[in-house]
Amino acid sequence: MALRWSGAHLPPDQAHIAIDPLSIAAFIAVAATFVRAIWFTPLERIQGPAQKIFYIHAPAAWVAFLAFGLVAIASGIYLWLRDERLDRFAESSAEVGVVFTTVVLVTGPLWGRPVWGTWWTWDARLTLTLFLWFIYVGYLVMRGAVDDRAVRARYSAVLGILGALLIPFIHLSVYMFRTLHPLPIVMKASRPSLPGEMLLTLLLAFASFTLLYVALLRARYLLAEERDRLQDSVA
Amino acid sequence: MPPDTISAALAIARKDLAIEFRTRTAFLSSLVFALLAIVIFYFAWDPTAIPALDLAPGVLWVIFTFSGLLGLNRSFGIEQSERAIDGLLLAPVSRQAIYLGKGLANLLFVLAVQAIALPAVVLFYNVPVSGGFAVVAAIAVLAAIGLVAIGTLFSSMAVNTRLAELLLPMLSLPFFVPIVMPAAQATASLLAGRPVAEAAAWLKVLLAFDIVFVAACALAFPYTIEE
Amino acid sequence: MSSTPIVLAQALSRRFGARRAVEGVSFELLAGQSLALFGPNGAGKTTLMRMLAGLLRPTSGSASVAGVALRGGTAARAQVGMIGHHSMLYPALTAAENVEFAARLHGLPDAANVARHALDGVGILDRAAVPVRALSRGLQQRVAIARSTVHRPKLLLCDEPFGALDESGARALAELLQRMRSGGSAIILITHDIAQGLRHATHAAMMRDGQLAGVEPTSGVAPADYAARYRALCGLSDAA
Repeated sequence: MALRWSGAHLPPDQAHIAIDPLSIAAFIAVAATFVRAIWFTPLERIQGPAQKIFYIHAPAAWVAFLAFGLVAIASGIYLWLRDERLDRFAESSAEVGVVFTTVVLVTGPLWGRPVWGTWWTWDARLTLTLFLWFIYVGYLVMRGAVDDRAVRARYSAVLGILGALLIPFIHLSVYMFRTLHPLPIVMKASRPSLPGEMLLTLLLAFASFTLLYVALLRARYLLAEERDRLQDSVA
Repeated sequence: MPPDTISAALAIARKDLAIEFRTRTAFLSSLVFALLAIVIFYFAWDPTAIPALDLAPGVLWVIFTFSGLLGLNRSFGIEQSERAIDGLLLAPVSRQAIYLGKGLANLLFVLAVQAIALPAVVLFYNVPVSGGFAVVAAIAVLAAIGLVAIGTLFSSMAVNTRLAELLLPMLSLPFFVPIVMPAAQATASLLAGRPVAEAAAWLKVLLAFDIVFVAACALAFPYTIEE
Repeated sequence: MSSTPIVLAQALSRRFGARRAVEGVSFELLAGQSLALFGPNGAGKTTLMRMLAGLLRPTSGSASVAGVALRGGTAARAQVGMIGHHSMLYPALTAAENVEFAARLHGLPDAANVARHALDGVGILDRAAVPVRALSRGLQQRVAIARSTVHRPKLLLCDEPFGALDESGARALAELLQRMRSGGSAIILITHDIAQGLRHATHAAMMRDGQLAGVEPTSGVAPADYAARYRALCGLSDAA
């Protein structure tokens, strides 16, 4: 799905703003973590190599929810201060967040199939992430459908806050659903007690993914800023 | 002397209902859609594999959301031509009054469709009518309140966008899940004769949702309607 | 009649992003006065009016309407009426129902009778039971006028109200404006017709690029002279 943002077309040489020390460091950190995860971390006894997807799946989930939390907070402060920069921040965090959420939803089945035999399970966490994805997509589609910047910011802020309110209710509903209609396979997904080596890899993964989030966020924010500046100069 | 919030809300609700009564198109469309969908769902399943009774709760609440959505777009649609919304914003009424008034009109609309759709499901799916029906009615009212609280707010936004008819369902449906799930599960539980406590647990979720989101949407509404 | 201004604006400004729609507008309008506001399209007249009506928040500066500072909430809005480019009517409802609804929104007792009285004031009482969509543009405008003045606002904002009106409608409106001024209200009137504006107003001002160029009394001002000055301000040639 093409995520269009309204506004003037960006000149092609804007790509250079994404290559800076922060993003280089982030990519190196993520690459290093992957190298460590694949070659220098022991295999998990029961799940085998497939378990290594976990080192992408879990940190991506952390970033997905972190990004949305920040969207919600930025939305709240925007309605109070009406500072456009907060709206740009929320927009950027949402676009980066939806990518990480998609990664979670793709790695989930990829991990689940070899380990538990099914592609999709309606377990509480994965379902919650699916709904997070729906909220993100709705947020971004709505932004694409509003031309007026001020109106778009206001609407997005309202949606961001309400989305954050929705998450606990989805969690509660799915949890109750699962309690009444338990899954045939008992899911002891993730967070088993990890031996030191694997725990370290996991922590590194969390850290490098967070760094990647910040780098992508910043790049996206700068793009939004350029776009708005361009729009202002043309108006 | 500016009116208080309740009087203003009632005046606005009355006006919305008067317009709907005059044209009747949205109500009839919602109703016909609901009835058609109820019938189509019946034929979409193999009745020997799945008894109609098991299907009934799911069908009822899914139809409820979609037919409700049909009516919600018109809520702010009527304010579009001639910029009547400016008339509301210029008046000395609080923005909450506008939300409550429109919400009330939408609620009556949704309940009216439900009042016909519910018996239709009972009829077509051979649902045994028993004492538990009062509880189902209570579920219907609570679910309608939640649906309308979200839908009224989102339609005030959707109406100003390019993809209004697509955007309203797209934004609303994730929010309808904590309404439809408890409603359907509670209804199924009652129909299956399971202990009332189970249905009551779901009802509490529905009630909590209603309280939180009616408040949140009422607070958020002024931001969607005026600068 | 007290001399507290109905409108008191001080350096009122409104920006949309980088665009300055209204910039540093200051003026005063007393009870019984009416101000004709001239200006080319995009000068900021409608934006200024929407700020005074409480629909838009000023980005800087301040203003008070009938003693209430902007944005004054319900207290300020109760004193303001606006006739805009759109009628703000519900096409499916009758003229009487539309005006009655407006009366109820203002908390007026006996809304039905008040509405009929207002419709009578613009000369269309005989069409009270007709749905608005069945009325001609000119008659719809009259209903809109009745709707916007049913609560006898202290400040009436009119954005090109004479546009759709025929001769009898224009006369009815002129009389209504006169009545309101005698009753202590103030009026701001946007119009492109200079002669008409000077005729119906006690004061006149011009706007260009968001700025207000001086408020002056209209008595003794010849329309031709004013029109010439207006064209000069807008940078148009005198031959137009």
